[in-house]
Amino acid sequence: MPQLKVEHITKRFGSLVANDDITLDVPGGKVLAILGENGAGKSTLMKVIAGLLTPDAGQVLVDGQPIARGRPDVAIRAGIGMIHQHFMLIPRLSVWENIILGHEPRTRLGAVNHAAAVRTIRELSRRYGLEVDPEAPVSSLTVGERQRVEILKAFYRGAQVLILDEPTALLTPQETQELFLSIKHFAQDGFPVVFISHKLDEVLEVSDRVVVIRQGRVTGDMPTAEATPAQLAELMVGRAVVLRVERDEAVKGDVALELEDLEVAATRHRPQVGPISLSVRRGEILGIAGVDGNGQLELAEALVGLIPTHRGRIRLGGREIQRVPVRRRTALGLGYVPADRQVDGLVLDFPLWKNFILRDYAHPPYRRGAGIDRAAARSAARQAVDAFDIRPGSIDVLARQLSGGNQQKLVLAREILRGPEVLVVAQPTRGLDVGAVEFVHRRLLDLRREGAAILLISLELDEVLALSDAIAVLFRGRLSEPIPAAAATRDGIGLMMAGQGFPTGEAAGA
Amino acid sequence: MSHSRVEGFVRPIVLVLLAFLVSSLIMVATHYSPILVFSSLISGAFGNLPNFGSTLVDFIPLAVIGAGLALCFQAGLFNIGAEGQFWMGAFAASIVAVRFAAMPIVLHIALTLLAGTLVGAVYALLPGLLKAYRGAHEVITTMMMSYAAIEFGHYLVESGPLSMPGAIPQGYPFVASASLQPVIATTQLSAAIFIGLGAIVAAAWLLYRTRLGLGIQILGKNPKAARVSGLSVPVLTVLGLVISGAFAGLAGGLQMVGVTHQLFDGFSDQFGFTAIVVALLARNNPWAVIPSGLLFAALDSGAQAMQMSAGIPVELSFVIQGLIVFFVAADRLLDVARRKNWLARLRGPRVPAPGVKEVG
Repeated sequence: MPQLKVEHITKRFGSLVANDDITLDVPGGKVLAILGENGAGKSTLMKVIAGLLTPDAGQVLVDGQPIARGRPDVAIRAGIGMIHQHFMLIPRLSVWENIILGHEPRTRLGAVNHAAAVRTIRELSRRYGLEVDPEAPVSSLTVGERQRVEILKAFYRGAQVLILDEPTALLTPQETQELFLSIKHFAQDGFPVVFISHKLDEVLEVSDRVVVIRQGRVTGDMPTAEATPAQLAELMVGRAVVLRVERDEAVKGDVALELEDLEVAATRHRPQVGPISLSVRRGEILGIAGVDGNGQLELAEALVGLIPTHRGRIRLGGREIQRVPVRRRTALGLGYVPADRQVDGLVLDFPLWKNFILRDYAHPPYRRGAGIDRAAARSAARQAVDAFDIRPGSIDVLARQLSGGNQQKLVLAREILRGPEVLVVAQPTRGLDVGAVEFVHRRLLDLRREGAAILLISLELDEVLALSDAIAVLFRGRLSEPIPAAAATRDGIGLMMAGQGFPTGEAAGA
Repeated sequence: MSHSRVEGFVRPIVLVLLAFLVSSLIMVATHYSPILVFSSLISGAFGNLPNFGSTLVDFIPLAVIGAGLALCFQAGLFNIGAEGQFWMGAFAASIVAVRFAAMPIVLHIALTLLAGTLVGAVYALLPGLLKAYRGAHEVITTMMMSYAAIEFGHYLVESGPLSMPGAIPQGYPFVASASLQPVIATTQLSAAIFIGLGAIVAAAWLLYRTRLGLGIQILGKNPKAARVSGLSVPVLTVLGLVISGAFAGLAGGLQMVGVTHQLFDGFSDQFGFTAIVVALLARNNPWAVIPSGLLFAALDSGAQAMQMSAGIPVELSFVIQGLIVFFVAADRLLDVARRKNWLARLRGPRVPAPGVKEVG
């Protein structure tokens, strides 16, 4: 039976110790979960195992045989099959071509043996319950199917050990369930499986044993059956964490944001989105769930004024704003927390205080003469740093030097302290650790209590379920009817995320 | 933060010292004493009042163009056609200087410089519009238009409307009310130096003290954040190029009224191109353009004196200038390499920088 062993791996990047003396033992037939926050060192460890990074100390053994360090080719030959978070497939090629690429079976004349390749792939498909059509072009596959292709590719190359790095990040709940079934299948076949995640519930569901990593060190190692969520969260973060922020009853007011048949025209770079109609009341959070790439970005950017709308109306407090420029919308009370804080939200090479006034400097109280009132800007930034506990507490530190959580706090502080009527929030906790997530969620609920209307666009279904008063699903640019939070279930929303209940075929707009 | 600010001061100095070091090796290899070369360069550039005056004469166009380019580079726009904008500014200035009858000197100078500034700006407007609304790369358009301007200049003084009859290709001499007289005897240094310094202050003020300057910095550092903050990227793109064109045009006008008092073929000593390096060495800071411009001006004017007094060929000064250009370019490449993690990739797979979120 194959077995994976990792002994005393240490890996440093300059003064940062990404992995500090990590030892793992994964016997065949077992699923080991590696749990840790972003930046805890999970990916570094996986890259060391896959031979993509050379460790400073320690070794990796397959079946008791040490494998050469920092050699991805050797790792693959030793049977290590790594499924990366981001797929490494060529969309224009078919499934079978992607799978055999670099390991092509040949006919006697030296041509690629198509028949043999497809036969092998079908057999692997059947054995592991990884259903996919070998002849289909990868570009036509869903995200879940593409992942199956990645896994088949690993097996085709003779993987004896399967490592999955955050495999559920892009999947719907149903696709996640299918993946978990497959994972259990491999384990029953006697393979060791390593499952990397920062999601507690998934780890508890799929693994036999869980290893918790924090700041590069193993902080916990136990059979999953003996672990509790609160205990794992504490090991992960280093302190007790509230996993689900309490949400009190909504006190709804007037409609603050209303979209009426809003459409964004397709361009070479983006699909058509809409027509979308929705309304959000003061004191309400409307959650928009959906799989990435179904129009989330377009919806948010059209609302804020970054891309033109083709048809339809946007009303902010009864006033039509679809032709109003970005700055004016901000001044009218429309706040925006973009999904990618580093690309859209911040100027990383600006100090914190300039980032704090980034969207407001053209208006009072920061506008002064031809320039800005630095004193006013700096004192406002200082107050924001205190109010949102942005560390390390200096307003002159560059945004680049802040951690992801503190960058997000800075963006939130900017958008919340302005006192918005409506806040459009996209992916507010992407890449944040459990502690920072708790902070962000609390702030959003505070803002709601103060009477703001919040449109929450998130790929994290759990987040949408935890915060929203009503939930609508975005699928191929169309929005479902909102479902009251009380009536929403994970499964129900999950099915809608996969397209159930939406008009089918070309009419849905691909 | 303070660390990077210190680095911002120290690195250009280190680069220049490196260039001095390597050029010293070349001097030794070619049997010139580096000590003699540098000492005659220094005395040639700063040794007495006339020499210093001549250095300042070269300093004016380099620093004025460089200050405008610094602003433009801060916006992430690479205007490399300042030479052409400089020429166009000079043409416009000489038309106003020659074609208008005598008038009060302040007014005539002001009109002449205004004409140079406006035409320089307009000449950068076209690349600006093409970049902003059609996506045409400004490096190509400004460079090509620069050659067009220079050829146009040759036409103007050789057979065009500005040419004075005679064997020598040159324009008509300026009337007295359009000429600034030297303030240091035996040099060409005029009150243009004060106008030039004023222009540098204006560039620094514009960049660091106005909302427009803040917008330019945001655009240069993160165009997407610029849009989120409500800035119009096309408008800022046009403005960035137009402003640098205006500074180059002003420099052209200053060269006419302050130095040559006449348009002729060789009035520009490649100032528009050297100014690119002046701005880059100054790390696109208009204030730092002052020492940076002074360095290049000194290397130019000191070289002439060095050849005359010590018999050392001027080319050695060009070697030094070339090496500074080389080290500035190499330094920029290192910056880009660091940002894109090339070095890390050479050593092995990508290394997450501390503070940057790790995927997974």
